[in-house]
Amino acid sequence: MPEAGHHPGGELRRIAIVGASLAGVHAAQTLRRREFDGEIVLVGDEPDTPYDRPPLSKGFLAGSTDEDRLLLRPTADPDALDLDRRLGRRAIALAHDTTTGASAVSLDDGAVVEADGLVVATGARLRTLPATDGVAGVFGLRTLADARSLRAALDEGPDRVVVVGFGFIGAEVAATVRERGIDVTIVEAADQPLARVLDPDSGAAIAAVHRDHGVDVRLGATVESFDTADGRLAGVQLSDGSRIEASVAVVGIGVIPNTEWLTGTSLTVDNGLVLDESTLAAPGVVGAGDVARWPNQGVGGALVRIEQWDNAVEMGGVAADRLLSWAAGVDGEPYAPIPWFWSDQYDRKYQLAGLSGPEYEVVQGGLDEERFVVLYRTAQGAPCGVLCGNRPRQAIVARQLLAAGAGLDEFHDRLS
Amino acid sequence: MKVVVNFDLCESNAVCMGIAPEVFEVRDDDFLYILNEDPGPELHDKVRESAERCPKQAITLEES
Repeated sequence: MPEAGHHPGGELRRIAIVGASLAGVHAAQTLRRREFDGEIVLVGDEPDTPYDRPPLSKGFLAGSTDEDRLLLRPTADPDALDLDRRLGRRAIALAHDTTTGASAVSLDDGAVVEADGLVVATGARLRTLPATDGVAGVFGLRTLADARSLRAALDEGPDRVVVVGFGFIGAEVAATVRERGIDVTIVEAADQPLARVLDPDSGAAIAAVHRDHGVDVRLGATVESFDTADGRLAGVQLSDGSRIEASVAVVGIGVIPNTEWLTGTSLTVDNGLVLDESTLAAPGVVGAGDVARWPNQGVGGALVRIEQWDNAVEMGGVAADRLLSWAAGVDGEPYAPIPWFWSDQYDRKYQLAGLSGPEYEVVQGGLDEERFVVLYRTAQGAPCGVLCGNRPRQAIVARQLLAAGAGLDEFHDRLS
Repeated sequence: MKVVVNFDLCESNAVCMGIAPEVFEVRDDDFLYILNEDPGPELHDKVRESAERCPKQAITLEES
């Protein structure tokens, strides 16, 4: 755990925000809202004006959402928030003075951004399969550039798309591609879909929805090889001996936090930048979004990274406030959100508040119905999460009940 | 402050209701209803937060 603790404070003249996606942009917006009138340098490794990622696997891929609709509102206007924008530039190294809190961020164009305060919001990148290096027709989906390439490949009208990994991204891509009238096979190494996040029965229910839409779901299977013809993907060989003919594959097997540029500093990097419970990593350094790992009392105090949209928005603002309070010599408060995300697939909206747990029961509807609510409990029997299928109101109520530490009876009363 | 929701964008994620239940309500028909289009100053911070945390950026505020 970082020992950032108390600090006599210092003047913030320039703040560097490294990472120009959701968390970074909201950090910038919060700083200006608090009337911070110093310089803000916003560094992002993608050349595009900051944009929203969730539509990339849905409306954008479907062709129904245009690029200009993806822009994040706080930074859509190039002059907004009075930022020194360094887009298309990657941070490659950090020098940090633990006494003063000052940072110097080296960029890949040779520039060095010196700052009195630093927001680390560099996010995460896709995990890839070595066997897919240089194979045309194999895609990932994280950035707008990824989405443009995949959309263009779909526009060519492939007969079949193979989705590797039945996580939420894979599931959304599969649904969107299927709705474009293209055949889809999902290949998942685990014996159940969405195993990292949900219980087996809910995972199976979501797989059934995909099968009802004509998706070929292969569980407990891994890809042995990506076969090419003329340098392009021609098919995928699976561990069960079967082969799938396909000219397009999408790999969605998780992400890796972008922390390499922090190597060699005194910051703690362990599956993300490790923060204290108030989002402070070290004097003058805060973190937010997918790259951040901190003891979240909202889930019992475990060190977690939360790769979720709503967390990036809220945590960007919280981290900006923490940098200001650090400079003022004020102790921070714990940032303890209840995780929450949504996933749209076909006509279904799944939402998970909190985390799944070893015990679970359906408290409304049924898993084979369009609408249902599943309540999760810890091994000790305490409510720890709620999964909703097409029940958005209940998901938000559940999030509030979790935040309030409500008992089992109250969950039953309010959600059934 | 006037609250405007673009219902073509709204997907009833109900985040706004969680933050400002005095202004937003998602009912059991899954549609969002605006309970108060002109919320008083005591609600402005909550309504701004609702707009920012709307996953569809479907809420617009016309500050007067």
